[in-house]
Amino acid sequence: MDLLINAIVAGLLIGGFYAAVTAGISISFGMLDIVNIAHPGFIILGSYIVYIINATTGADPVAAAIVMLPVFYLLGMGIYLVYYAAFERRGQEALRGLAFFFGLLFITEVGLILVFGVDYRYVEARYIGPTWRIGFVDLPLRMLVPCVVSLLMVLGLQLFLMKSFIGRAIQAVAQDQLALQLLAADPTRIKRMAFGISMATAALAGAFLIIIQPVEPSVGREYIGRAFAICVLGGMGSLPGAVIAAMLLGVVESFTATFYGPSWAPAVSFGFLLATLAVRPAGILGR
Amino acid sequence: MRPWKFSLLMLAAGAGVFALALAIRSDYLFFAGYVVLQFIVLATAWNILGGYCGYVNFGTAAFFAIGTYTTVALHKIGTNSGRYLSGTLGELLQPLFPLSVLTLVILSGAVAGVIGLGMGYLTLRLRGVFFAIATLAMAVVLQTLVINWDFVGGSRGAYIIRDESLPVVGFKLGYVQYLFAIMLLLAAVAISVARLIEGSRLGYGFATIRDDEMAAEAAGVPTLRLKLIATTISGALMGMAGAPYPYYIGYVEPAGTFGLQYAVNSIAMPMIGGTTSWAGPLIGAVLLGSMQQIATVTISSAVNLLLVGVLLVVFVVIAPNGIMGLVLDWQHARRKP
Repeated sequence: MDLLINAIVAGLLIGGFYAAVTAGISISFGMLDIVNIAHPGFIILGSYIVYIINATTGADPVAAAIVMLPVFYLLGMGIYLVYYAAFERRGQEALRGLAFFFGLLFITEVGLILVFGVDYRYVEARYIGPTWRIGFVDLPLRMLVPCVVSLLMVLGLQLFLMKSFIGRAIQAVAQDQLALQLLAADPTRIKRMAFGISMATAALAGAFLIIIQPVEPSVGREYIGRAFAICVLGGMGSLPGAVIAAMLLGVVESFTATFYGPSWAPAVSFGFLLATLAVRPAGILGR
Repeated sequence: MRPWKFSLLMLAAGAGVFALALAIRSDYLFFAGYVVLQFIVLATAWNILGGYCGYVNFGTAAFFAIGTYTTVALHKIGTNSGRYLSGTLGELLQPLFPLSVLTLVILSGAVAGVIGLGMGYLTLRLRGVFFAIATLAMAVVLQTLVINWDFVGGSRGAYIIRDESLPVVGFKLGYVQYLFAIMLLLAAVAISVARLIEGSRLGYGFATIRDDEMAAEAAGVPTLRLKLIATTISGALMGMAGAPYPYYIGYVEPAGTFGLQYAVNSIAMPMIGGTTSWAGPLIGAVLLGSMQQIATVTISSAVNLLLVGVLLVVFVVIAPNGIMGLVLDWQHARRKP
């Protein structure tokens, strides 16, 4: 019983982190229809930048990531510019766009290996060691802090998308790009901003990742299947759906790890993805 | 040219390459050449689904590994046949073991083809993007399965002990030479299959899917069936390419067999060579494969992988139709000055 509840809690905590990983993909893949499979690669890049800042100045990892947000935003805008000019305008995004992002993923991974090697890197922060204990439930702060900040981030994003002018413009692009063009708005400008935002979430997710576990360049690959499974399961482009799906996946993975052994956990997300695609491709909260 | 003539030509070319390689008498040439040939098979196989149908498969490593691990499992059964093959069924199968590499290639192809068919059936009814993501996830999951499968060594890996050489009509052929010849044959088969598809009804069906799937469906093209055929052929060829690998390398472990280099190379080679015809993957594989063999020796293996990634991105952005596209454009420009 203790084990069961602890497994659920651990799953919910890791699910909060998965929500941060998926938020960026929900925006780029779900809303903008840009299949950014390089996103996990940029999350790892974020982890390494946070690691450098933390190792040199001792700054808090989350604060370091927040400082890096504008840089990632600009990086995202830059990538979108290339993507738009090379693929979207020519209408070739399906095959070559995928290959493009796959190449980017590969370049970030191998580039990081060349610079940092394949050693695991980790950060220092006050909350990484201790664990809160409520009754028999363990709440390791190393999991709790990323989970809470991540949920705040997703909440902020959702409010931004629902309330602000730009946010609603992004939703409009997601719904009908042609109609927006007819209203004399510039969809590419809005998509550029949205892609920048999606990339900025990678900086924060990277910080969470390196707080939760030591990072080496190829761990990003594990998150591709997970993030897309969550995105599809939650319903494309729905952030609340993504949070629910992330928690669900977190709990199921945690169960698998507790009762069958951690080496089986990566297979869970794939099962989720296939089941969703086969049974309900629209996802939980899909339109 | 008729398909059968083309196949004969390919076989003759293969025999020519083999004779040339024997004449040069360098073991390293066989060793490096094997890898280049393996990439010719993988790139051609990838292109049957990716280039002809426009469906991106990121799971080359998974299909390759299916072939590799089929060999590992069957080899283990073969070497301990007394232990694993008991009962009447075992006695019936007994004379088949130890399996020759060619048999293993065919069996691996069958297994990989069936798994490709299953994968396709689950994901191909949706938009192509989902298939791409599913293949990416499949690689991770198969790796998980293999890591947890003790019979083939799990994450520790498995050793395969091969003979030094084997007798072929009168003289001794080194084992690496033998594997090289098999891979050469596979490359010739893969290219012939690709070329056969290109000129057939099937190929035109694939092209309609690539150009506009909705319109094809509306015009009565059985798109799902065609896509399943493409996935099966492509998967089977990839599995075949993986089958001799344990004998080549001697020791297989999941991290290496599922390495990202297979996925990225099998995408980069057709993209760089050109995806619309059989010659594209061949050109891409020979260029990129040889370049990597040279770069691995002279610089480092990490740098050459980075180079492949950069080349892939540069080519898809600047020359979307690859080298073949550039050549065709150039011919076109020269003809009407």
